[in-house]
Amino acid sequence: MQNETVIAGFGGQGVLFVGKVLAHAALEVGMEVTWFPSYGPEMRGGTANCTVIFSNEEIGSPQVLNPTSAIVMNQPSLDKYEDMVVKDGYLIVNTSMTNREVKRKDIHAVCLPATEIAEEIGDKRLTNIVMLAALIKASDFFGQAEMETALKKSLEGKKNDLVAANMIALQKGFEFRA
Amino acid sequence: MTRELWKGNEAIAEAAVRAGLQAYFGYPITPQTEALEYMSWRLPDLGRVFLQAESELGAINMVYGAACAGARTMTTTSSPGTSLMMEGLSYIAGTEVPMVLVDVVRGGPGLGNIAPAQGDYNQIVHGGGHGDYHPIVLAPASIQEAVDIVYQTFDIAEKYRTIVIVMLDGSIGQMMEPAEMPPMQEVRKVWPAWSASSTQGKRERNVLTSIYLDPKDMEKTNLRLMKTWQQIEKNEIRYKEYFMDDAKFAVVGFGSAGRVALSAVRAARAEGIPVGLFRPISVNPFPKQQILALTDKMDGFFVVEMNSGMMLDDVLLASQGRIPVEFYGRMGGVMPFPDEILREIRRLHAEGWKAEGHPRDRWLAKLEQIINEE
Repeated sequence: MQNETVIAGFGGQGVLFVGKVLAHAALEVGMEVTWFPSYGPEMRGGTANCTVIFSNEEIGSPQVLNPTSAIVMNQPSLDKYEDMVVKDGYLIVNTSMTNREVKRKDIHAVCLPATEIAEEIGDKRLTNIVMLAALIKASDFFGQAEMETALKKSLEGKKNDLVAANMIALQKGFEFRA
Repeated sequence: MTRELWKGNEAIAEAAVRAGLQAYFGYPITPQTEALEYMSWRLPDLGRVFLQAESELGAINMVYGAACAGARTMTTTSSPGTSLMMEGLSYIAGTEVPMVLVDVVRGGPGLGNIAPAQGDYNQIVHGGGHGDYHPIVLAPASIQEAVDIVYQTFDIAEKYRTIVIVMLDGSIGQMMEPAEMPPMQEVRKVWPAWSASSTQGKRERNVLTSIYLDPKDMEKTNLRLMKTWQQIEKNEIRYKEYFMDDAKFAVVGFGSAGRVALSAVRAARAEGIPVGLFRPISVNPFPKQQILALTDKMDGFFVVEMNSGMMLDDVLLASQGRIPVEFYGRMGGVMPFPDEILREIRRLHAEGWKAEGHPRDRWLAKLEQIINEE
């Protein structure tokens, strides 16, 4: 079994970080995982994306044309990735930053005002974690406990003081009902 | 030991530190810079030498000096930096001192871009510096493999007193994967007998040089280098095979192209196509004997690279025209998707193998259309 998740948004929305959290969750359950960032000059202020692949066997290509899931944090990312997700895949949409409905009916779409939820918690930079939690809840890739461990691992060291707020964001994402 | 998430560039740096690296010299260049950055705090913390040189020319010549002194030494760079280091590499080869270079290859020629590519193959593998010499070139395809290889490179370099180059590309430098780090080796306290270290008045001085004004002396050195290379060709072949047991034909690809091909081969297998993957890890010495032996069992080789078909020439030489060879590549920092390789595998399976013309010409005839349709 292999899963590919593309996470896309503006530079500064924590696209690479949230990918790292997902990678830590896969590592936590003993899977193979590859975290592959877009690292071109387009990252500065433009769009950013990263691909996280986890699998039970040696991982081949670090990038895929058609991912099994996509977290899209803004309008350009929705426009780019909606058509790319495989049939029956997952599309997590940040409705706070997008201005249209999801067109496809053959995928599992979760649309949530993630930036607003993050602002209610007190920091819009938590948007990424809210959205990741929504993906995990919809897809059941990992359990909530594994996500909590992954989050702590990803924030080890200098960012340790951010754990509490991120845990709330994770909880809110899991609790979201459309 | 536990597996931890490592970024490629930092993982190779830590692996070198654990292999007893004593002195690192380098110059920042994307997509390699994190390796230099990591060394800049890690080595001083351990009381070892880190020095950011004024340029790649400075860095490689500092490596040359440290290698002559008998230190475990290395540098890391990316394509344009490697070009600047070529003169130094040739001198190091001529002086027969060991060193390790990691080239995180990017799109080129020229300033190019910072995206993953394999266009340095000919420069690295077939020796870009002047004169008769062969560096050992190893091309890992994952972070764990890169860690394991970098950890061994110093022993290999010292065994043969040669240059070992680890050829990565931008994707492996920038990605994160779990890796288990090998144990920390103690830094060597005794200098090698051949090194230009202090004689302490107890022995004759060692002279290390690459200048042999009398051609007869140079030729003796050339002969010694070539005899060493014969040993290396015998001992240092590395490769990995996937689905080869019952394969009717084989994809051949190294490094990142090899792992993209792995995804395509798995997908083809799921469709019942009897294809395997042969992934050279040592691209110099090249697994010629293995390729030749496979010509008895395979209907053809399908070479995949992120360049214009540089290893393709080595596969053609090794397979001696015994079976057809086909090629697919992307250049300039474009990484192929598995779907592109799968499309070609399906075509070969359905239509069979063509023998007329050169595989590079057949590929070039369709590349423009592929690019235009994207």
